[in-house]
Amino acid sequence: MPLLENGRIAEDRWVEAVEGAPLPDGAVIVPFARLEEGLARTGTAPLGVAIEPDMAVEQLRVALPRLELVAVTFGSFRDGRAFTQARALREHLSFDGEIRAMGKPLPDQYEFMLRCGITTVKTERPEDVTVWQQAHEMFSVAYQPSTLHERPQGLGLRRFLS
Amino acid sequence: MSTNTATLPVGRYAYDQVDRTFLSQRVAQFRAQVNRRIAGDLSEDEFKPLRLMNGLYLQLHAYMLRVAIPYGMLGSDQMRELAHIARTYDRDYGHFTTRQNMQFNWIRLEDTPDILQRLADVDMHAIQTSGNCIRNVTCDEFAGAAADELLDPRIHAEILRQWSTLHPEFSFLPRKFKIAISGSPQDRVAARFHDIGLVARPGAQGRPVFDVFVGGGLGRTPVIGVLLRDNLPEEDLVAYLEAIVRVYNAYGRRDNMYKARIKILVQALGVETFREKVDAEFALMNRADYRLDPAIVDGIRARFGIPALDAPADAADTLAAARRTDARFDRWVRTNTHPHRHEGFISVVISVKPDGGIPGDVTADQMDLIADLADGWSFGEIRVTHMQNVVLGHVRKDRLHELWQKLVAAGLGTPNIGLIGDIIACPGLDYCSLANARSIPIAQKLSARFADPELQENIGKLHINISGCINACGHHHAGHIGILGVDKRGEEFFQLTLGGSASNDVAIGQIIGPALPEDETVDAIARLVDAYLVLRNEGEEFIDTYRRLGAASFKDAVYAPA
Repeated sequence: MPLLENGRIAEDRWVEAVEGAPLPDGAVIVPFARLEEGLARTGTAPLGVAIEPDMAVEQLRVALPRLELVAVTFGSFRDGRAFTQARALREHLSFDGEIRAMGKPLPDQYEFMLRCGITTVKTERPEDVTVWQQAHEMFSVAYQPSTLHERPQGLGLRRFLS
Repeated sequence: MSTNTATLPVGRYAYDQVDRTFLSQRVAQFRAQVNRRIAGDLSEDEFKPLRLMNGLYLQLHAYMLRVAIPYGMLGSDQMRELAHIARTYDRDYGHFTTRQNMQFNWIRLEDTPDILQRLADVDMHAIQTSGNCIRNVTCDEFAGAAADELLDPRIHAEILRQWSTLHPEFSFLPRKFKIAISGSPQDRVAARFHDIGLVARPGAQGRPVFDVFVGGGLGRTPVIGVLLRDNLPEEDLVAYLEAIVRVYNAYGRRDNMYKARIKILVQALGVETFREKVDAEFALMNRADYRLDPAIVDGIRARFGIPALDAPADAADTLAAARRTDARFDRWVRTNTHPHRHEGFISVVISVKPDGGIPGDVTADQMDLIADLADGWSFGEIRVTHMQNVVLGHVRKDRLHELWQKLVAAGLGTPNIGLIGDIIACPGLDYCSLANARSIPIAQKLSARFADPELQENIGKLHINISGCINACGHHHAGHIGILGVDKRGEEFFQLTLGGSASNDVAIGQIIGPALPEDETVDAIARLVDAYLVLRNEGEEFIDTYRRLGAASFKDAVYAPA
């Protein structure tokens, strides 16, 4: 599926590092194992890092000011650790760059992703984008705080999603 | 905004238009998911977690739909809708579960969007009654009524229900997550057998504080929860729970579903390390974002209808007089009622476990009758208990005799609450795809064997819990007598455990010896009970005698040659 941002198809300026090949010059997403290599590049080309679900995002603290993108991975849609990673990036590390969901999440998880601070989605699934767009517009209210700091609705912890 | 409490349903949170909009959006979402599944856009593997989060299981013979009854509270209108669903979409009955929900066992997939719409029309749903997410929050069945209560836990149960509903971070946890909350020093919610158990009481400034137990559970590995934090201020309740569940989501095992519950994580890390991680997370959080402001709590509280407890001054005398003249009624009052905070009222437990019956099953007609009785006697309010019975919380003492007569006429007057006939049993191999053995026939045989109410009262308090497999849905580890169904080369055997308890004296039952064949199990339990009657000291309950003497004294009776 093409890159999705705010429920719309967006242009993807990033390339993923190819295993065994040198890093390209432009905007590149490196695996965490090659983060040092990415940081050592000269020039101003944007750098992103892709992390595995079992990693504590705290390990990115030092590098984070130099990163424009962190990609979190849904190895399976059942594995919800990427939600916690995204939220910790926003709330504990104050990361304000792009958080990208990769792997195999379901469109039914889209609103959850956005509320946990994920901004873009690039899935391995050949899905119809309209299903994702519908998922984005499915709910108008939520019942708990999120990283989006939505407008409180006035009763309990409820807030408006749109 | 002025709130007319007279128009609010008693004992539960009243939905408003925003909640109703949310529910209709949820129904539309599920309808679309079912359509995607039928069109083949979703594989069964992908559809499964989505249907589970709407309470829909695929069982041995059919789909099972588990409807949420938040903290066990139900209005008469909602009960009538459940009766309608039982008649229209099921086989005329439903089943109350140990987590205060209702299950329908014979549902067709294509009917479920319509059923969920019907439920939504009476402010009900099946959200998160299954799946690896935060499940229905359970609560004391005498909440807001019990004489011994310090604080009505339903307000915070509702806050946690809302907070956990479609939680963006915690809907794909390593495994299911169960929270129970009590506001009484008498634990009636099995707080220490939950992933999180909360015990609330009034704090110094008049706002509640909470003792937080974590890592309890039954299942394959029974564990008693540990106290993680005491005196948690109300304003930090949501933040602290976020911290616990976040640590669990990040570190809980995902490679083995039998080792994925939070209790395994707490054991693996050790409670000190687990607490350090939670505290570290809690310290990092922006507490203002998660603060549970007293005004928020009071706003939710204002959505609960309050019963007008007016009783004649002689209500208690009227009841006492009726008890003196009617011995059967007197016995039922002894076994099936609970003291109310108001002297003119009493709480009633309706046993849905008649002699020889199936624990927790209710027919559509019984549901309608219970709804009518709730309207007539208890402000239209109904509670489902974790013992799979039904409570009418606020009954005027002077009207109790009349209520009892109606219950007896409908076959709902069995005087066995807390006694040997008040058996908890899982659905077992009659329904469940996981089970090794049939729980229900054993429950029925035991119930019939000990049907004599005089005998039951003589035996006294005795909890029997039956699970059809090691997943322990019948909570056999927590039973005074636990019965676990096992499969031995294709034959059903039953293993007995003794000494479990889910109350303040929480304990895990111990296996007494080799499993028994199905046809010997009931006789063995009868001998066990006979042994207790001989061995007990004056005033001792079964659990006391067991604790005083240990398993050895009972082993001979269980394994005596026939």
